Amino acid sequence: MIDWSFGGGIFIAKYNYWISILLMLIGFYAMIAKGNLLKKVIGLNIFQTAIILFFVSLGDATLGSWGKGVTEPIVKGTLPWAAGGIVEHGVVYANPLPHVLMLTAIVVGAATTAVALALIIRMYEEYGTIEEEEIIEKERELGV
Amino acid sequence: MIIPLDLILLFFLVLIAIAAISVRDLLAAIILLGAYSFVIATVYVEMHSVDVGFTEAAVGAGAITAFMIAALARTKREASD
Repeated sequence: MIDWSFGGGIFIAKYNYWISILLMLIGFYAMIAKGNLLKKVIGLNIFQTAIILFFVSLGDATLGSWGKGVTEPIVKGTLPWAAGGIVEHGVVYANPLPHVLMLTAIVVGAATTAVALALIIRMYEEYGTIEEEEIIEKERELGV
Repeated sequence: MIIPLDLILLFFLVLIAIAAISVRDLLAAIILLGAYSFVIATVYVEMHSVDVGFTEAAVGAGAITAFMIAALARTKREASD
């Protein structure tokens, strides 16, 4: 059941998801509308971090269904701010599974960026420009 | 998650992302992308995801910025849009 109320519902309480979608659209716009190839790679990076932000927000229990007052998954012991003072065995962790998945995604994204930049350098050697329209123009002149 | 800190950081995140794709000087765009990576690393740490935070700071802000500056040194600095 979706809570449509403005204050505590899906609009304010889930603002991390909205910001994530906004960043995703900013990156997507840069990938489509910008003519410079390096700008497209920057848009790709923004898109990727938006998806990582979404997954990390899923793992964070404040936004999820586990309630407030979570700690890092590596922290062991007491939770002094829990209801009724110090609780010995009541530690609520952030979900570590999305963290591990996104750790892999960051490294894969860095490798993807490196391959894209190598291709950009090769295209600059071939065409003398990294603007998309000028490259298409030169290809038309060459009759490719 | 500290909600006021989260809101401030996310606001700056959107601002820096828009600046990084609209600026014409490509070196400025790359440095803004590095700043974006540092801010989002802070967001991860503040959401109790410390491992993702320091990997993003090392790989995203460090390595990718260095790769992009190295690629820019072999191409042109000005962008048309």
